[in-house]
Amino acid sequence: MHPEEFLYTKDHEWIRVDGDIGTIGITYHAQKELGDIVFVELPKPGDHVAAKEAFGTVESVKAVSEVYSPVTGEVVAVNSKLQTAPELLNSDPHGEAWLIRVRLTDRKEVENLMSADEYEAYLKGSTSGAEGAGSKGQA
Amino acid sequence: MLGCGFTADTEPEDRLTPVPGVALKKTALNAIHRAAGARMVEFGGWEMPVEYSGIVQEHLAVRTAAGLFDVSHMGEIEVKGPQAVTLLQYVTSNDVTRLRVSQAQYSALMHPSGGVVDDCLVHQLGNDHYFLCVNAANTDRDFDWIVQYRRGRAEATEVRNVSEQYSQIALQGPRAAAILSRVTDVNLAELKYYWFRQARCCGVEGLLARTGYTGEDGFEFYFPPAESARVWEQLLEAGRPEGLIPCGLGARNTLRLEAAYPLYGHELDEETTLLEAGLGWICKLEKGDFLGRNVLIEQQQRGVRKRLVGFEMLDRAIARDGYPVWVDGEAVGRVTSGSYAPFLKKNIGLAYVPPGAAAPGREVQIEIRGRRAAARQVALPFYKRART
Repeated sequence: MHPEEFLYTKDHEWIRVDGDIGTIGITYHAQKELGDIVFVELPKPGDHVAAKEAFGTVESVKAVSEVYSPVTGEVVAVNSKLQTAPELLNSDPHGEAWLIRVRLTDRKEVENLMSADEYEAYLKGSTSGAEGAGSKGQA
Repeated sequence: MLGCGFTADTEPEDRLTPVPGVALKKTALNAIHRAAGARMVEFGGWEMPVEYSGIVQEHLAVRTAAGLFDVSHMGEIEVKGPQAVTLLQYVTSNDVTRLRVSQAQYSALMHPSGGVVDDCLVHQLGNDHYFLCVNAANTDRDFDWIVQYRRGRAEATEVRNVSEQYSQIALQGPRAAAILSRVTDVNLAELKYYWFRQARCCGVEGLLARTGYTGEDGFEFYFPPAESARVWEQLLEAGRPEGLIPCGLGARNTLRLEAAYPLYGHELDEETTLLEAGLGWICKLEKGDFLGRNVLIEQQQRGVRKRLVGFEMLDRAIARDGYPVWVDGEAVGRVTSGSYAPFLKKNIGLAYVPPGAAAPGREVQIEIRGRRAAARQVALPFYKRART
């Protein structure tokens, strides 16, 4: 469900790092919790994102959720397919439905993220998987 | 990711924050829902399935084939005895004397302020004998409300909260009648919209009504809870060849929104009148005095304070409950229900705006996370099925 080569956040985002470029998305678990995803709002290339800060919004039929960046950096690419096909986030969250690519400011930031095994253990340990602490995203 | 819960269509008090020490109520089908992998949420004090296979798929099944809903959380109240008519005429807005035995009507339990305590279906079981279907979260309050107005008016009338004696299953969609005809002897062609009868379905005696909350043809069956698994499973089995699938409250909400049916706590509350909600057709002002009637008459003469309108998003965005509505640079209203509409494939919503701003075709803006997005008012309902 959650590929080995990715790193994970407690807010259910993933990042795959290749050199100084990180590709970011939401996890299989996150899309399953959200249900049918019908809307995605993302930044533009050139925008800056900061670690642990919201950079976009994913909406299912029922719920609004903000997406938090695992790292700080500059957006170098945005997955424009999701504008017309947000349902890709349900069918292929770790592949075709990546959200943004970021040029990392500080590669050390990823050291604090979870491995796939750690993330799976985290999911088992937390009683209410994808529910965050805040309420900003709740309609 | 935040807010992955089922929040958008529940009232603040209904949200997934159960009061410590107060157990959620469970319908007789709870174990079956769980075993089938339904996602369960809290709604109106009940643990209910919000979705099985996915809201979009369930919604489309109801529009094109059929869906099966466990709506046993709904409350049932019986009103029986001399002066049952007097009592119901006084506490509800519609005219029960227009009903015949075995007929149902949409109505509202009224507040003296002209607002609404609950909306409900009134079924006439017999002479001086009525059966009300009310919202789950309001059931106890509705019961107390009706009892309170018995005094000095209808003291010989028996009012009973019989909610625990009934499971309720809704079979909805264009294939509903074909499916039901396989498990009942009732000639469904003779059961008209908003009529009901005693019937045996899946071998179980109950009350079978041709009613629903989806905008499609369909049936609601009230029967003893002990028989729930049998009715649920036999209906699913009978409907499988027709494309019947189990559905949750998520699809029920998007279906009712496309049909522009109000949901209590969203379009209706004690601060909103039926005229403001566009439900003048269930206000029978000529029937005699009833709770809130003077307020309705005054509004009819002097005008309403706000008006419920439908809108479609023009900008790429989804409006949600509670978002502010802007007209001519001013925040003047509020979204009461908003969602992606799976059949219409548009982002739609209902909102209250000042009467002067309400006009189909006119643009408004919806404030979404600090930004204003364009929307256009449209005539209601958003969706209307082609009647055959």
